[in-house]
Amino acid sequence: MDLGIFCKSTLDGEVVDHCFSSLLGIGQNADPSYLDWLMKAWGWTLAVAGLGLLIALVLGAVMGTLRTLPADSTLSRWLVRLSTTWVELFRNIPILVQVFLWYHVIPAFIPPLKAFPSYLLVSIALGLFTSARIAEQVRAGIQSLPSGQKAAATALGLNTFQSYRYIILPMALRIVIPPLTSESMNLIKNSSVAFAVSVPELTLFAMQAQEETAHGVEIYLAVTFLYALSAFAVNRVMAYIEKRSRIPGFIVANSEAAAH
Amino acid sequence: MLSLDLSFYNWELFTNYIMKGMLFSVQLTVIATVGGIVFGTFLALMRLSGKPSLVYPATIYVNTMRSIPLVMVILWFFLLIPMLIGRPIGADLSATITFIAFEGAFFSEIVRAGIQSVPKGQGYAAQALGMTYGQNMRFIVLPQAFRNMIPVFMTQTIILFQDTSLVYAIGAYDLLKGFEIAGKNYGRPIETYILAAFTYFIICFSLSKIVRKVQSKVAIIR
Repeated sequence: MDLGIFCKSTLDGEVVDHCFSSLLGIGQNADPSYLDWLMKAWGWTLAVAGLGLLIALVLGAVMGTLRTLPADSTLSRWLVRLSTTWVELFRNIPILVQVFLWYHVIPAFIPPLKAFPSYLLVSIALGLFTSARIAEQVRAGIQSLPSGQKAAATALGLNTFQSYRYIILPMALRIVIPPLTSESMNLIKNSSVAFAVSVPELTLFAMQAQEETAHGVEIYLAVTFLYALSAFAVNRVMAYIEKRSRIPGFIVANSEAAAH
Repeated sequence: MLSLDLSFYNWELFTNYIMKGMLFSVQLTVIATVGGIVFGTFLALMRLSGKPSLVYPATIYVNTMRSIPLVMVILWFFLLIPMLIGRPIGADLSATITFIAFEGAFFSEIVRAGIQSVPKGQGYAAQALGMTYGQNMRFIVLPQAFRNMIPVFMTQTIILFQDTSLVYAIGAYDLLKGFEIAGKNYGRPIETYILAAFTYFIICFSLSKIVRKVQSKVAIIR
């Protein structure tokens, strides 16, 4: 075990003057060290995962809600069909295949996407993949509400949109925070597939630095630690959101973190 | 708008490129499911044993596996196994070992929940009948637990089948790789990626329909 590898230059393998040069902003002239590279790679992972999470949460909440619409009009029947297809489509294709679709296939049909950098395409792929899973959690959350809630909303004269906006969603979205936490952590882990389309994130760093330095164990340890740290940070942020949004004596959070 | 030409896709291409990958993906899924359930059951029994010397190692193992991306686990095993045994190991064998070790952690959580879903009175009744711990688990608790777990096992197997595509990281020849190589050799990467997505979708979608059927059957029994 030799953690000194992180203070070596990525150019010539010699020890650099200031190991933390890029982090602390000192010794700008020095060669970049493996630590610098690691930190940049972590930044890419967080960027890809963060953007993906944003897409996943918004689309997942919308699609999950649409799936529960009452079949009382042609429009809502079509929306239910659309959201069901959405979930089945993005849930049943492996994430890596979806990343390849967004990188190699879809830009061939939609030329403007050719201008998109690969990390953006990976974020979209991750976002849509995860949105299907989040939609299922949101749907389950809405369906777990007592039917009296919906009935009361109708009795008050609220229309469908109003009853979702003021009665159902405020309750359901609080209930689903714990499963959304584990989906968010999964998204960070799944962002590792970005290596396949050459986004310079943690996994690609691990593969390349391992080849270059023959210090695979140290490199992998650092990368693994940063993934675990990122997932843990998301866990804490979500726990904070859950605590802040809790209505005292109203909602009992249950449901343990589910599988990947 | 780009036009697709699927005329290159024929039986010969399927047998030459896709079949090999498909066989490996299915084989990996089956071995990892069976191995993962066996290994996961041991991990679950360790975690429920109440003995700290068994509980802690199993808990640490499961939580570690669950907090690392699968791609990194694949890379870790591919790096570590040759270091430990002193000679290189093929990507296929490395992937198989990785998936059993990784999926064991996830199956153990399912088995643990399944065992806990069996009413406590069942275990007590077995004890009252004079059964040993092994007999209790073997004849009373596990048969009931596994019956409840069948749909969840199947769902996990679908996820596992999708995850097998990640062996891409160490260059094993799986279903996705088969399509990719076919696409390169025929100069038709776009079409083959679409076919790959289509193939995975058909398989996973049909399996999930079957799971829903099984779920409703098991639900009546409980």
